[in-house]
Amino acid sequence: MLDVSNFDMPADTDIAWCPGCGNFSILKVVKQALTELNIKPEELVIASGIGQAAKTPHYLRTNIFNGLHGRAIAAALAIKAVNPSLTVIVESGDGCSFGEGGNHFLHNILRNPDITHLAHNNMVYGLTKGQASPTSQFGFITPVQVQGVTNEPFNPVALAIALDASFVARVSISDQENAKMIIKTAIENKGYSFVDILQPCVSFNKINTWKWFKENTYYLEETHNPKDKVEAFKRATEKGKLPLGVFYVNSKPTFEDYLPTYKTNKDPLFMREANLSGLKKLIDSMRK
Amino acid sequence: MNRIIEYKDDVSLVVCGAAGQGIATVEELLTAMLRLAGYNSYSTSEFMSRIRGGTNSTLVRVSSKRSNAFVDKIDILIPLSPDAINHLKFRIGESTTILGEERNIDVNLVKNSQNIIMIPFTDLAKEIGGSIYSNIIAVGVLAAFFVIPKDILIRHLMERFSSKGESVIQMNVKAVEKGYELGNDLYQSNKIKINITTEEIVKNNIFLSGTHSVGLGAIAAGCNFLSSYPMSPSTGVLVFLSQKAQDFDIIIDQAEDEIAAINKGIGAWYAGARAMITTSGGGFALMTEGLSLAGIIESPMVLHIAQRPGPGTGLPTRTGQEDLTHVVNAAHGEFARIVFAPGTPEDGFILAHQAFNLADEFQVPVFILTDQYFLDSHYSIPNLDLSNIKNKKHIIKTDRNYQRYKLTDTGISPRGIPGYGDGFVNADSDEHDEDGHITEDVHYLRPQMVEKRLNKKLKLLRKVAFEPELIGDKDYEILVVGWGSNYSVIKEALETIDRKDIAFLFFKQVYPLNPKVVSHLQKAKMTISIENNATAQFAKLLHTELNFSVDKTFLKFNGLPFSVEEVKKYLEGLN
Repeated sequence: MLDVSNFDMPADTDIAWCPGCGNFSILKVVKQALTELNIKPEELVIASGIGQAAKTPHYLRTNIFNGLHGRAIAAALAIKAVNPSLTVIVESGDGCSFGEGGNHFLHNILRNPDITHLAHNNMVYGLTKGQASPTSQFGFITPVQVQGVTNEPFNPVALAIALDASFVARVSISDQENAKMIIKTAIENKGYSFVDILQPCVSFNKINTWKWFKENTYYLEETHNPKDKVEAFKRATEKGKLPLGVFYVNSKPTFEDYLPTYKTNKDPLFMREANLSGLKKLIDSMRK
Repeated sequence: MNRIIEYKDDVSLVVCGAAGQGIATVEELLTAMLRLAGYNSYSTSEFMSRIRGGTNSTLVRVSSKRSNAFVDKIDILIPLSPDAINHLKFRIGESTTILGEERNIDVNLVKNSQNIIMIPFTDLAKEIGGSIYSNIIAVGVLAAFFVIPKDILIRHLMERFSSKGESVIQMNVKAVEKGYELGNDLYQSNKIKINITTEEIVKNNIFLSGTHSVGLGAIAAGCNFLSSYPMSPSTGVLVFLSQKAQDFDIIIDQAEDEIAAINKGIGAWYAGARAMITTSGGGFALMTEGLSLAGIIESPMVLHIAQRPGPGTGLPTRTGQEDLTHVVNAAHGEFARIVFAPGTPEDGFILAHQAFNLADEFQVPVFILTDQYFLDSHYSIPNLDLSNIKNKKHIIKTDRNYQRYKLTDTGISPRGIPGYGDGFVNADSDEHDEDGHITEDVHYLRPQMVEKRLNKKLKLLRKVAFEPELIGDKDYEILVVGWGSNYSVIKEALETIDRKDIAFLFFKQVYPLNPKVVSHLQKAKMTISIENNATAQFAKLLHTELNFSVDKTFLKFNGLPFSVEEVKKYLEGLN
């Protein structure tokens, strides 16, 4: 068994989050989950975009791909496809995952790569100082949405279920133990595993606080059948308190499973060479 | 009609009709049959952005010497639709022979009505099995003019349609036989004489398009990941490599958009693939943020950009060289890159191959900048040389102390990939330290990283830059400068005029330039840049890169390629 300290950055690492930020708890839980799953830091890649949540990979010792705002899922799909032996996790916020990156979220759920998408959802834009996010609640007042948000809040859980994602769950970081258990299940699940992680933003969201998340969430009953898509969708679209837990599980072949590249040869792409004898044959076939 | 027209050493055949009438099939069949009979051929097509209807044409040049350039002149024209003659009226000359049926020939638009030979293609096709076979009859007529042995004709046709079932094969054979009979009658009665030398060696030539050349070069480099969103005229490379993906272990991803395509490409390089994207100007515009990501994380990347006229949607199926400035300057921030512009299929192959190796070695984006004219032209060439194909992966096995952005004298930090070695590979789009973690050290690290990504790499890239090719007499007074697909047109124009004082300097690498280039330019009393754009983008680049100003420009930007005649006329008028 690995020790969680394997993932620790040096003690003097300067962390850019506000004191009391929910990201600290998420970081802790993710490290624990990875340790308990016996995932070696060298065989893990965490891809992220831009935002406070997207800085997470800088605060644990592993391979990181901190790319562009909204584009982490696209990069992660490719990383997994090119070397399927890597564990690939996307960690980014609600703006990155659902705003800027909405199209990638949608279409790569459909591709079903074997990656885990941990969306830090604090219902506000933190790093840009408090504008609405796609998941901000109706009526949420910000320096830009001065009369309150009039958009319907984006419901990533319902969308992921509608698109038949392989694994769809919601956790609240105010309950770290359950969050860890569910994140572990998500990482273990083969396919696009989406976890909506509710977290407070202590600086810019004075509505959806630690207390609010405690009071406005509850767990799906143990009797909930995650294989029942219609029921899962129904629960995901309930009005009122937000259900937590595993909504939907749908085992199916992954993007990598369908790639002819690995049908007979399991080597990752970096171990392969150009097929020049095949090329010679191809060129000769163009003489006809 | 008592006329004899003899076409000697070079004949241009044009077939014109609506999309869906099988113009491309004529091009494909005819050029293949000509090659099997030992004729040098070259073909190129122009078409509208639609799947059915409209008016499209294809030019097939058959010549004693290999000629790979667009010409305006039409020696033999087969109009297959009523709009064809009007569509080509500026190219129909005194000696253009027109073969066709009454409803497709408006005599008022034909310069010399003596040159019309009536052939009722549609009626004949209907007798065989449907008007759809008109194009195959046309193939038969043209094949007879070149005395292509009938067995070659039929054997090739049967192979080409082998998957279509026996009855379709038989009707096609009947159609081609009918055409051959008609063509042979015309040929025997001396109404048309064609005198082109064949070469035995041509029979074994490789037959490929510009699109194929880029795709084959990528395969030679071991390209194993391609993510792209379809966009004319770049889609051919996506299709070609998709067709070959299983044989060459290429992961193909038709991306949700161009933004995804380049981010996937960069993610693929990060994890150890050799990735490429293919797109056109508008799609590339969406990729510019991703290009900038490649710049800061020092990711290799190969980008095939197929130019078409813009702005906006522009002319989707036409040609132009309007995106050079865009490609050289695109993306926020400052970093090094390489831009190639192939002029021949051999260039397309070599440069696409080199693109991967240079991208890998210097950890920079490398562009292969082509255009519709280059990609959609079909060439018959003796060989693609594989003996010099060498690939080197510049990947190291990392150790515990690995630093992705280690500062070195050359500016190149050894590139590790995740999962290979004991180290961690951190790619970061923020300004970063040597470990790849976010930094705001503006006093030391930031300037060091800029020097590394930009100036140090550019210095290396200038050293390995392909030198331009000088065509013509070394003691020139006038120097024509050209790049990319204009190569063959300018070369042929220059070779067919009697002007020893003019030479042509061709650039297949347009950025960065080796400073030594300037001596070629300064030697000339007059320099001219010939380009398919309205602002002389390469001339501007010569100015910003080498502080050299050309004296004149000759520009075309209507969506069509330059013709040999146009360039010839321009060069002849120079003094």
